[in-house]
Amino acid sequence: MKSNEPDRPTPDLVRGLLQPRLSRRSALQVGGLGALASALAACGVSGGGGNNAAPTNASQSKSQSKAAQSFWDQQKKTGHLDFANWPLYIDVNPKNKNDHPSIDLFEKQTGIHVNYQEVIQENDSFFGKIQPELSAGQSTGYDLMVITNGLYLDKLKALGYLIALDQKRMTNFYKYASPLVKNPSYDPGNRFTMAWQSGITGIGYDPKRVGHKITSWADLQDPKLKGKIGMFGDTQDMPNSALLAIGVKPETSTVADWKKAVTWLKKQQPLVRKYYDQNYIDPLSKGDIWVSMAWSGDIYQANASGANLKFVVPKEGGVLWTDNMCIPKYAKHPLDALTYMDFVYQPKIAAMLAEYINYITPVSSAQQAIKQDAQKAKGSDKADLQLLATSPLIFPSRSDFGRLHRYRVLTASEESVWNGLFEPIYQS
Amino acid sequence: MSAVLDRPVQAPQRTRHPRRWRGWLLPTWSWLVIGWLCLPIFVMILFGFNNTQGKFNIKWQGFTLQWYRQLFTIPDLTNALEASLSIAVIVTVIATILGTLLGMALGRYKFRGIGSVNLLLFANIAAPEVVLGASLLSLFLTVGIPRGYWTIVIAQVMFSIAYVAVTVRARMAALDPALEEAARDLGANGVATFFRVTLPLLMPGVMAGALLTFALSIDDYIITSFNAGQTVTFPLWVYGASRNGVPPQVNVMGTLIFGFGVLLAVAGAAINRRRQA
Amino acid sequence: MTRRRLRGRLTPYWLALPGWLWLLIFFVIPTLVMLSLSTQSGSIETGFRQTFDVANYSQTWSQFHVQFIRSIVYGLIATVLCLTIGYPVAYWIAFRGGARKSSLLFLILLPFFVSFVIRTQSWNFILADNGLLLTPLKSGHLVPQDFHILATSTAVVGGLAYNFLPFMILPVYVALERIDPALLEASADLYASRTAAFLRVVFPLSLPGVFAGVLLTFVPAASDYVNASILGGAKTTMIGNIIQTEYFTNLEYNKAAALSFILMAALLIGVFAYARALGTEDVFEVAAG
Repeated sequence: MKSNEPDRPTPDLVRGLLQPRLSRRSALQVGGLGALASALAACGVSGGGGNNAAPTNASQSKSQSKAAQSFWDQQKKTGHLDFANWPLYIDVNPKNKNDHPSIDLFEKQTGIHVNYQEVIQENDSFFGKIQPELSAGQSTGYDLMVITNGLYLDKLKALGYLIALDQKRMTNFYKYASPLVKNPSYDPGNRFTMAWQSGITGIGYDPKRVGHKITSWADLQDPKLKGKIGMFGDTQDMPNSALLAIGVKPETSTVADWKKAVTWLKKQQPLVRKYYDQNYIDPLSKGDIWVSMAWSGDIYQANASGANLKFVVPKEGGVLWTDNMCIPKYAKHPLDALTYMDFVYQPKIAAMLAEYINYITPVSSAQQAIKQDAQKAKGSDKADLQLLATSPLIFPSRSDFGRLHRYRVLTASEESVWNGLFEPIYQS
Repeated sequence: MSAVLDRPVQAPQRTRHPRRWRGWLLPTWSWLVIGWLCLPIFVMILFGFNNTQGKFNIKWQGFTLQWYRQLFTIPDLTNALEASLSIAVIVTVIATILGTLLGMALGRYKFRGIGSVNLLLFANIAAPEVVLGASLLSLFLTVGIPRGYWTIVIAQVMFSIAYVAVTVRARMAALDPALEEAARDLGANGVATFFRVTLPLLMPGVMAGALLTFALSIDDYIITSFNAGQTVTFPLWVYGASRNGVPPQVNVMGTLIFGFGVLLAVAGAAINRRRQA
Repeated sequence: MTRRRLRGRLTPYWLALPGWLWLLIFFVIPTLVMLSLSTQSGSIETGFRQTFDVANYSQTWSQFHVQFIRSIVYGLIATVLCLTIGYPVAYWIAFRGGARKSSLLFLILLPFFVSFVIRTQSWNFILADNGLLLTPLKSGHLVPQDFHILATSTAVVGGLAYNFLPFMILPVYVALERIDPALLEASADLYASRTAAFLRVVFPLSLPGVFAGVLLTFVPAASDYVNASILGGAKTTMIGNIIQTEYFTNLEYNKAAALSFILMAALLIGVFAYARALGTEDVFEVAAG
């Protein structure tokens, strides 16, 4: 059971291994499929199925981490970092939109130049962009990327496209990361990822135009709002929210529940103006739509640039998701990337980011730092920061978490049923 | 399009006095249509001067030149424009050479397979863009070629060759072979004949094809988006930005490209006219 | 001497070869690859294998025939709109343009100097619920407050007609402009009314231009997805959007290829039948301008 390069199964090999014998989801349940695939590759045995493979995986993890260690031992700082992130997802200098103070600080402290690119519009399309390079064994051109937990992070892991992190170089992470993002269910032991920010999928609306308070998913079926309702056109947020709308916990939902959710969505369809991807915020600010499924931080940011919108976690509950920093395989500057990942876990830096991004920060002690900043600040800045430090949407209380749910995890066969049910709703 | 530009302007020709309603209905309608065609351009230019405060360039908030001063303050946008321009130049050079040669062959000679080549050009022009993009993507995916700058060049040359070839073919067919024969009789060899007689006579067609290619290249969204990988061109950037609100710099760049294009076309037309006069 | 003659005979082949090769490798072969991909099965994780499975076709057709038919219908409406809007303009420029002909044509071409995406985006901006067009109408109570154009099929078809109108006007103009003025005079003398003269002489003579215009408008309009995604709404998805989504979002390359192939086959067969029926040369010539 030895392998020279357990971390680098060729994509073809993974494909070949996964094809007939293992369904990718059952394998996924074991966690770290890259490890499994390489274990199988090393042994030259055919996989006996997900459950049998579990102990193999466990015993393999040692040599796995050993290999990862030797990989990291060989890495040197290059002084350059190509960072792929989502738009409006980092702090900015109020005087110059393209200047990011936290990155400046990082560059100053480490001497690593960051090439910051806002190239990720959606997980799926970004995956579609980098997949051909990765499968051809070539660098994607990025050392660090931010991917949401769920389908595409699972795919990246399953295909062995992520570099396992050097746990020894994650000191700030282990010191300051909030329990919410440590050892998360979608990446046990933080083998591949560290959280960037988390957020909530709920409802955003324009109180002036709607004219009353929105409190429930049922408000998105209000005939009076016909043609002014926006929904997400995706197979994660939309279905999971619809499940919440019919009073079902997404995590434990059944096929029967999904069908009920589809009925709910179909009933709503004539009222919906459009199924948006990430482009709902522009029409919502302009007044083309008045109420929409929304991400918590987007609403804050739109308000910061002049809009007057509100965000609510509906009484039936909202969906909690986490965007994760990870290093794609064949990255040219992995050590620089890892240095950056750990850097942002300093409470001071986390506060800098949180003050601008307005999503849920992965560092709970950033709250203290923001409060300190607030004390130092003056005028409207002070009020803003105080509001931020006490905002339940940035630092949710324990009871808030009771109303938040994670995405339904799907097996391969479930996924095709799920997609078959929900895709036609927005591809209409 | 080239034929339109090449054609000399004919003297006004009134056949008969139109009935009165026709007298104003037709011009009014036409000017309305022209206004409709130009309205979005006008709006684009106008809102490049908008003193917009927030993230959204929606309402008129006063005149400013600040976006012209801050034209290159969005690095990604600047990179996208640079990529678009350099790709357009490369594509224009390659497609013009290949298309001109092909057009010459088709316009002058009768050869075996000429019908199938004509058919190929026709299919290439008639095929829907999304299919051209998708099939090329299928090739790159299957062979495992990562997409990027050069796959964009490949794709754009692919859809431009036919336009150049067709334009040059028309010009070549109209060319009198006697001129070349005369040159040869006067002792010029093949190369000299080509460069001193054939090519200058073909030039209006070649130039029209090149201009068309440049315009198609810099404007293309659909085929490019299928084969772009991580490379972002100007239209791709604008399309992506439309999700979060288009910054006024896009209006400014659009205005400048528009102005430059119009200037070039007007200058070209003036030169043409002088030559014909 | 013989060498020279041989070289002369080979000349067209040498001239055509580079361009022909480019089109072979990057146009013909990709089409075949796409055809092959469309009969493969598998997924992005497992890889795609050739199984000569035609299920991709039947599946995608049953799943997406609504969008497919919608695209054809939108394309047809946009084409008819372009013809009715554009024909009079082409007629006016051709017969009444006088010395301004070139300038007027230049105005028709003006939109081409602005990127397609920006033009469409500009319409999104003009037609917004509280935008340049609707705000005055709403404040004047000419339309109800919740009236909107964006996110409707009207917006999408309007956008298509707008974007492809010059492709209709130009070939029609070229055909009209070729008509000999003497013919017009003769027909005016022969027929009692101008309408009859138009219907019996001018219109038939302009038909090649009309056919070329229809071709140049319908194909891009029916296969477009930019208008639908910028101006459209919940029920205006076109087949181009689906192909794009299948390739880039769902990563179901085989299904996407099947859809593309259906679209290409439908349009190209239609186009060739149309060209054959009308005489390829005419359509082709005018289409090429």
